[in-house]
Amino acid sequence: MNITEANITNNNGLLSKEEKEPVIICKDLTKKFGDFVAVDHITFEVNKGEIFGFLGANGAGKTTAMRMLSGLIYPTSGQASVAGFDVYHKQEKIKKNIGYMSQRFSLYDNLSPLENITFYGGVYGVPRKEIKERSRLLIEQLGLQNEANKLVASLPLGWKQKLAFSVAIFHEPKIVFLDEPTGGVDPITRRQFWDMIYEAASRGITIFVTTHYMDEAEYCNRITIMVDGKIEALDTPGNLKRIYNENSINDVFYKLARKATREE
Amino acid sequence: MNSLVLNNITKTFDKGSVLAVDNVSFSVKEGELFGLIGPDGAGKTTIFRILSTLMLPDKGNASVLGYDVVKDYKKIRNLVGYMPGRFSLYQDLSVKENLQFFATLFGKSIEKNYDIIKDIYEQIKPFSNRRAGKLSGGMKQKLALSCALIHKPKILFLDEPTTGVDVVSRFEFWEILKKLKSQGITILVSTAYMDEAMKCERIALIQKGKMLGLDTPQKIIESYPMKLYGAKADDIYSLLKDLRNYDQVESCYPFGEWLHVTIKNPNADGLEVLKTFPNSSTHQNLEVKIIEPGIEDNFIRLMNTSDNSRDNN
Repeated sequence: MNITEANITNNNGLLSKEEKEPVIICKDLTKKFGDFVAVDHITFEVNKGEIFGFLGANGAGKTTAMRMLSGLIYPTSGQASVAGFDVYHKQEKIKKNIGYMSQRFSLYDNLSPLENITFYGGVYGVPRKEIKERSRLLIEQLGLQNEANKLVASLPLGWKQKLAFSVAIFHEPKIVFLDEPTGGVDPITRRQFWDMIYEAASRGITIFVTTHYMDEAEYCNRITIMVDGKIEALDTPGNLKRIYNENSINDVFYKLARKATREE
Repeated sequence: MNSLVLNNITKTFDKGSVLAVDNVSFSVKEGELFGLIGPDGAGKTTIFRILSTLMLPDKGNASVLGYDVVKDYKKIRNLVGYMPGRFSLYQDLSVKENLQFFATLFGKSIEKNYDIIKDIYEQIKPFSNRRAGKLSGGMKQKLALSCALIHKPKILFLDEPTTGVDVVSRFEFWEILKKLKSQGITILVSTAYMDEAMKCERIALIQKGKMLGLDTPQKIIESYPMKLYGAKADDIYSLLKDLRNYDQVESCYPFGEWLHVTIKNPNADGLEVLKTFPNSSTHQNLEVKIIEPGIEDNFIRLMNTSDNSRDNN
């Protein structure tokens, strides 16, 4: 299939080429820890409403790159802006305009779903009244009415992850960073989770996601594959398969990441 | 001969309120590579703990190499190697010290048993003096496997050894398992990655403590009762929504590049149905084809038909 750039953007439900609006801009972004170059001159743009898959082997530099983009650490060199804010000077602004969710840290186990929503909504400055109204609606949408006041610790992992995602986008951030959001989750819930991702993206929230499930990489509008701190490939899943002459992203990934010389 | 036998094993927690393992029976043959396939919360870890004599079942019985897991626990502990899901080595000991420690526990020497871990350990040997807590995920995994093997167990229990591990390391890990199997070690391994099921000789699919199926991966795939179709179009999300809303479609799930679809009427020409559904003309580059089901298709199907599917619709 011959895909032109114009129909790549259209066919994925994104804005057309003229309206493309980059919300993450990265140019030669680099992070060194001593002599170790964790992230090595990475350059890319992510557009509004795009689902952007950020893949790489363990230790390729994904987490470091994400931490720079979410305003948690300063780059060593290069430029980047996230949601229109510079990563060197406007870290706090960035944090307010993004959501973040990881497999490991997402919600407070000792709070109920309702309390978690209220807490995170409060941290991100959502007005009290709005939190009250919308949290009830959210609990309903998630089908958590019976669990709304039980501790999060007692929920099955799949529900926790769906709730965590909803909490991460509760303040309607411009971008949400998802770090392996579906690890260990059952195949049906994993797909329900992706339904939520699609839905959020269709509302214009940009999704920046890492995953070890290569079938999920295929759901992204575009993906990057990082190897040893550098971006080795960046394109739509379809184009990558064509360029590397493989049948699946799994095989493309294997072809590229096998060359890696370093571990975490 | 069977190396492992479980008969009607049941285990509950919190005074019976949480049913972790529900009347599970299966056996693993000597030298077999057997997979427990299921998501988080399926009961995999509880099964490992019972088999490695760290936990007592509420009901049922189990034996490992002919020894009862309750009465003969001391015998069993010398014969099995157990790699828990969570990294359980001593973070403050070096790579070498951890290995030494586990060898000494079993009264073995690293030198004498080195042949069995050689292939794996050589890869982390350059870091012998590094503290285990400072290793990367892939290296921790290799050290944990070395420590589980250093006493030359007859059976290896591996609880989600590849969770959170990238595609390349996962591939390498399964290569290692194949080699261990060729040396005659029986392996019971669990995973939440359905694609890894294909690498096992036989698998048990489990969900919420219940067995959904048990057979060779090939037989499980062949047992898929419906014709399975693939569909894709330029806007896959809107195709997904349209097909789910179409009354002739029984199920529709995204699987990578394609949607996997089943049709309610078994006699209908599914390809035709999918080409001509009401909104089909609005989808650009609509493609449909017949698809071979995989383990994950079966798992989803079995999940939906099992009694415990209340939150899966």
